[in-house]
Amino acid sequence: MVTAKSRGRQLLLQGNEAIVEGALAAGCRFFAGYPITPATEISEVMSQRLPAAGGTFIQMEDEIASLGAVVGASLAGAKAMTATSGPGFSLMQENLGFACVTEVPCVIVNVMRGGPSTGLPTSVSQGDVMQSRWGTHGDHPVIVLAVSTTQDCFDITVKAFNLSEKYRTPVIILSDEVVAHTREKIYLPHPGEIEVLDRIRPNTPPEWYIPYEDNSRGVPPMGIFGDGYRYHVTGLIHDLRGFPTQRPDEIVPFMNRLFRKINQHFYDIQIVEEESTADADVIVIAYGSVSRSARRSVREARSRGIKAGLVQLITLWPFPRQILEPLLRRVRAVLVPELNMGQVSREVKRINQGVTRIETLNRIDGNLITPNEILVRLVKL
Amino acid sequence: MAEVTKLIHKYLRHDKKFPHVWCPGCGNGIFLGALIRAIDRTGFEKDEIVIVSGIGCSGRISVYVDFNTLHTTHGRALTFATGVKLANPKLQVIVIMGDGDATAIGGNHFIHAARRNLNLTAIVVNNSIYGMTGGQYSPTTPYGALATTALYGNIEHAFSIAELAAMAGASMVARGTVYHATLLDELIERAILKRGFSVVEVISHCHTQYGRRNRMGGPVDMLRWQKESAVKVEKTQSMTEEELRGKFTIGVLVDRDLPFYTQEYSKVRDAAKTMLAKAG
Repeated sequence: MVTAKSRGRQLLLQGNEAIVEGALAAGCRFFAGYPITPATEISEVMSQRLPAAGGTFIQMEDEIASLGAVVGASLAGAKAMTATSGPGFSLMQENLGFACVTEVPCVIVNVMRGGPSTGLPTSVSQGDVMQSRWGTHGDHPVIVLAVSTTQDCFDITVKAFNLSEKYRTPVIILSDEVVAHTREKIYLPHPGEIEVLDRIRPNTPPEWYIPYEDNSRGVPPMGIFGDGYRYHVTGLIHDLRGFPTQRPDEIVPFMNRLFRKINQHFYDIQIVEEESTADADVIVIAYGSVSRSARRSVREARSRGIKAGLVQLITLWPFPRQILEPLLRRVRAVLVPELNMGQVSREVKRINQGVTRIETLNRIDGNLITPNEILVRLVKL
Repeated sequence: MAEVTKLIHKYLRHDKKFPHVWCPGCGNGIFLGALIRAIDRTGFEKDEIVIVSGIGCSGRISVYVDFNTLHTTHGRALTFATGVKLANPKLQVIVIMGDGDATAIGGNHFIHAARRNLNLTAIVVNNSIYGMTGGQYSPTTPYGALATTALYGNIEHAFSIAELAAMAGASMVARGTVYHATLLDELIERAILKRGFSVVEVISHCHTQYGRRNRMGGPVDMLRWQKESAVKVEKTQSMTEEELRGKFTIGVLVDRDLPFYTQEYSKVRDAAKTMLAKAG
């Protein structure tokens, strides 16, 4: 996160523009996308900025093709990204699974709008939390981060690229229509002050390279097409050399490693921001644009003498269970406000196992939950 | 060492667990031979070549050859190839698809890749059937033919892959057969060297799923059918419509110089840089 010290250039940007700034700062040099409200500005600004930065922008024929091109570009060595909204995110599920199983770093931005189907194209929603986790078929791990402010859009996009490179996995950024189109002040750090991570490349002689060999991190070094490490990439379950296998003694270690590489690094991956939780009786668990309303209501509740606290989830998946569990045991009640019928609250209830009272506040009419709506519920908790 | 043994030794993967997945007598083996002979003749290093393939019998070629290989999702091979090529235009990208792969599930990607005129080579191995899944009709199954999902005869009309590619804007379009193996070597070599989007339709046979059901005999009979039905494009001018009925043309059908995508995109980069410099 940006501290006062590292504050650099001050700008007025909307969330979508800040995502482009973050991507470029993280080293993104390839973008493929398809126009869709409310994510289109990301494509537009990318088409303007990438060519001057020596990168490539391409508008593909659909979202399936967009993510296909992104995965291809990443295999050829470029940091690559696409951006979309609900209907397009549904189309991307096929190649998202491919990126998971082939362990190709890439970033997918989903600016959530009301659904299902064409739904409410210009309205805010948080309806894709579960789709981002389970949308593609088959068991797979995935990293999903939620943004709530323009500053987040920059910082978290950089973080998303870093995590995807570090763990060789697709990372999904869940934004929403309110975050995407709100214009606000943002500090862009000086390039030297941004931590940028690149995938680990093999350094063995090519003839010794075993592309999917396990190691302590669970993340094998990644060869790039053209760099001399010729290997096979396939969406079929594969052995250590990348060749298709149906042998249980090869399938099980492969699948276990896919999960382990994310799960064993949960302290690095699971990010939450807490406010006034140390002595809290009641807490609000929120994410995305709703966490902005929640922050205001928690402060208001404090001024009225209620010991309220806020836990803002940045990482939604893998669900930050290790951080939330001790909090759930300590507080009297929890409120989970969200713009869906209860997707994160379902997960909170699952890890809570009945220990604490969990209440939900759901809004699905295309409007943001107001601070007052949360405050009214906080007072009664 | 005989020349063929040298090529096998050089281009097939030694650590891959053979046998391959294809039926005895399959046209894919002949096509694979033509592919490595053609690549050998272009003189590119193995590290410079990327083979991208889709899903289906022909899609399995990528696992056997010692290049940078990418076996993608069904129909999407060209989209992955687009990303590979644009991220590193120095790579020679060859995309291998089947008829169902390229013209049904991947039909949209196929016409748009041709329209963009990306500098890559698309090879469509056309055996007129979905072979791997057991013989369902594809967009190139002839009218009236039998398939497991067309037990009463196919009522849909077939795409002409070559005409589709030409109309969509490909720089080069060729058609060959696995029977005319020497010509196939030449067509693939020329397609790889062509600057712009080049398409080679390879007429192949699936005796297991198509030939048997449609009483066309075994692999030898089906190869004989290719021999008898194919007419070299140079010969067609002197033939009447009557003589051409039931035949198909082979050879280079379209070869034209059009601006290709990476060429055009470098202009975009220059314009963007100029505008940025002006803005200070």
